[in-house]
Amino acid sequence: MTDKPSAAGKTRRQLYEDRLRRRSMLIAASSTLAVFLAVIILVPMSPGWDKVKASFFNWEVFVKTFPKLLEAFKLDVMIFLWSAPAIVVLGLLVALARDVRSPALFPLRILGAAYTDIFRGVPVVLTVYLIGFGIPGLGLPRPWNSPYIWGSLALILTYAAYVAEIFRSGIESVHASQRSAAQSLGLSDTDSMRFVILPQAIRRVIPSQMNMFIALQKDVALLSFIGPVEIFRQAGVFKSLLANFTPYVGAALIFLAVTIPATRYADYLLAKQNRERS
Amino acid sequence: MPKLSLKNVVKRFGEKTVCNGISLDVEEGQMVCLIGASGGGKSTLLRCINLLENIEDGEIFLDDTDISIPGLDPQPVRRRIGMVFQSFNLFPHMTAAENVMLAPRRVYKRSRNDLRAEITDLFTRFGLADHMNHYPDQLSGGQQQRVAIVRALAMKPEVMLFDEITSALDPQLVGEVLDVLRLLKDSGMTMVLATHEMGFAREAADKVCFLSNGEIIEEGPAKALFETPQQPETQAFLARAIK
Repeated sequence: MTDKPSAAGKTRRQLYEDRLRRRSMLIAASSTLAVFLAVIILVPMSPGWDKVKASFFNWEVFVKTFPKLLEAFKLDVMIFLWSAPAIVVLGLLVALARDVRSPALFPLRILGAAYTDIFRGVPVVLTVYLIGFGIPGLGLPRPWNSPYIWGSLALILTYAAYVAEIFRSGIESVHASQRSAAQSLGLSDTDSMRFVILPQAIRRVIPSQMNMFIALQKDVALLSFIGPVEIFRQAGVFKSLLANFTPYVGAALIFLAVTIPATRYADYLLAKQNRERS
Repeated sequence: MPKLSLKNVVKRFGEKTVCNGISLDVEEGQMVCLIGASGGGKSTLLRCINLLENIEDGEIFLDDTDISIPGLDPQPVRRRIGMVFQSFNLFPHMTAAENVMLAPRRVYKRSRNDLRAEITDLFTRFGLADHMNHYPDQLSGGQQQRVAIVRALAMKPEVMLFDEITSALDPQLVGEVLDVLRLLKDSGMTMVLATHEMGFAREAADKVCFLSNGEIIEEGPAKALFETPQQPETQAFLARAIK
């Protein structure tokens, strides 16, 4: 037996792999179909389905509330847009503070470590409550008692702690030989960090950071607890008004429309990076 | 007066003594090769000369100035001593030209435009003119190592250190890098090499030192050391190294 091409011009190995591929595609298709059928047939058979359908999937309510929800989502996007740059800057500063060697700056290292420990250790919603209610409670005059400011600050402080840790892992992943090479050329420590280590570190952690910002986009909804009428709060208002849960489903769809493409893109970047490294 | 002079240099990593009282003189324009088994202290000695490692005892003189004074700012010294590494260590996020220009730009505050002609000259001299705008991962190992040499030369160092710069290369690429070293020697550069290329050391070095366990066991002109080694340990090493 030799591996001569058969009549179709394919080797034994290729024919075998074709067969294997057809077989796994068939299995995947039929099992997917079975699961979908089960859901479509079984769920409506459940005793409470009609009630659930009426209160969660009411088309009229959906059409009526969706434009307002979309409008309210703009606020979520705004809060995201002014928080994200602040998170990147603060996260990077904290990461760098935790890397300083100079003894005079030792307090900075301790502060950096304490900061990340505290804000990574407390649930986001708690931080939002404590800062969002606590600081305006000091009796600050308008506009300094705005929940937008302090709510955003709570998000910034929490997320910067995570982002700082990711930056730090990126900095540590750059091999020591790169620092040696930079130093051997007479570059200062600051320049070595700025031009050699950081650019490589940041590139490496972009996919992980994107995942943090997808989580941030969702957590903006937590600010609804302290006042701002963003999409989650708006959906709640509609729920009370119409005695119907469909607005929540509408809000979920709007979030997904943003987060799914972003998640896919982050996964794509990560896969690309893994390919390049291997 | 030697260009570079080591006096009784001691370097320890924890309990392990890596350089155990090494003394060595390198004259201006000389090429000195350090040979010996891996772990003998060659690389560490080069890193000490460039102040990438602090020495525990002894002195290192560059032009009769002690550069090993504890607390001395290492940066001005490193500008005068170039170093090339076994694993190239090019900056992967920059093109070859940017790799070379970074240090002159930051340290000597020179502009890209001002550097352009000079850098192009260097690349051309080492047969790299076509690769200036390539990223390191688009270059062969030999090309990367030559760019690393150009990068060090762009700082106009007075002494160059080479740490087993051909050890990570495919055998067919070693030649082009050794040619660069010959070129540099002809231009009068003072050089110290840690190397496993015995043929090259024998042909090109002015002085060869055999290191073992952190000490210079034997040193002398290349011809003498390779043809009539005096110490039994040197003889054994050379018998193993040159088959």
